[in-house]
Amino acid sequence: METAVLLVMARHFALLSLLAFGGGNTVLPEMHRQAVEVSGWLTDQQFADLFAIAQAAPGPNILIVTLIGWQVAGLAGALVATAAICAPACTLTYIVAHLWERFRDRPWRRVVQRGLAPVTIGIVAAGAFVVAQTVDRSLVAALLTLATVAVSMWGRINPLWVLVLGGIVGAAGWV
Amino acid sequence: MPAATNQDAMSHPPDAAVGDLSVEGRPVPTLSQLFLAFLGIAMSGFGGVLPWARRMLVERRRWLTGPEFTDILGLCQFLPGPNIINVSIAVGSRFRGLPGALSAISGLIGGPVLLMCAAGAFYARHGDQPMVRSIFAGVGAAAAGLVVAMAIKMAIPLIRERPLEAAPVALVGFVTVGLLRWPLAWVLPPLLAVGMAIAWWRRNR
Repeated sequence: METAVLLVMARHFALLSLLAFGGGNTVLPEMHRQAVEVSGWLTDQQFADLFAIAQAAPGPNILIVTLIGWQVAGLAGALVATAAICAPACTLTYIVAHLWERFRDRPWRRVVQRGLAPVTIGIVAAGAFVVAQTVDRSLVAALLTLATVAVSMWGRINPLWVLVLGGIVGAAGWV
Repeated sequence: MPAATNQDAMSHPPDAAVGDLSVEGRPVPTLSQLFLAFLGIAMSGFGGVLPWARRMLVERRRWLTGPEFTDILGLCQFLPGPNIINVSIAVGSRFRGLPGALSAISGLIGGPVLLMCAAGAFYARHGDQPMVRSIFAGVGAAAAGLVVAMAIKMAIPLIRERPLEAAPVALVGFVTVGLLRWPLAWVLPPLLAVGMAIAWWRRNR
């Protein structure tokens, strides 16, 4: 049972590793779909909480998979999930990095980059929507989200302070 | 001459005590320096690691020039996988081959994974207490804004520069994955094909 869950998780995150064009946030909707809707590993609530931890903690945000793995199968789950999300992409990068210089001036390289960009943006926007829909259950919560957006876009302070503010407002019971 | 730099770096014993010099006289990091630099990047990267990576690799350690960093980042965005993790592999292997790549990624994810395990254990035990729940509700709502802002920042230049080409593809991605919740594995291959076909068709503009 335990091993079966680990295998399903490993396969799923390994696939996501290769689908994560444009960074970890592109696979957020798919991660949510798998963990909450398909496998039932987490509730919507738990997914939102783990997302909050991964964003608030230092390090690559993709490490939300470590938290999901821990929640599903403890330490073994955390390690399997982390290895699965890293290994395929890393292997590919290792191989391609050596070839990249050679293709620098090929016209198709620019075409590939230009074709990739709008897809990435659409999927990242989808991820933002899924996450916002999950966490914004009240007016105050929506205002907190907007505050972070505003500070990230135009503010001079680190947006991390809005997360601290969110924690305080939450502790006061207003969210 | 990055290729020469690479050769030069790889012919040295892997973990020399002092940093070696590349052809241009810029330092070539040792394995432990790679590990520590990426550990530093990871631990200072709250809410996004990439800006810290540039600061560390280009401005502080001077292992890479600005254009070299941009080129590596371009490669890593073009490949699947979390960008910063790919950057650690590309930078590590550029200087020290496979051992370099492993050192860099160990530094990048080692510390945060330990932190995540601690946080996960805390959450599994106390996650349903009312106080913890309320705090998470607030932090989660604020954290969602980071992703929203990133999506907006990525979209603005593209929509401004080539709206007709980019907007429909981005919109289809948003609707199918975000609203309809279709599996990414169904959406991505055909959408990438269409995106690249459009880019090819308009390549001379």
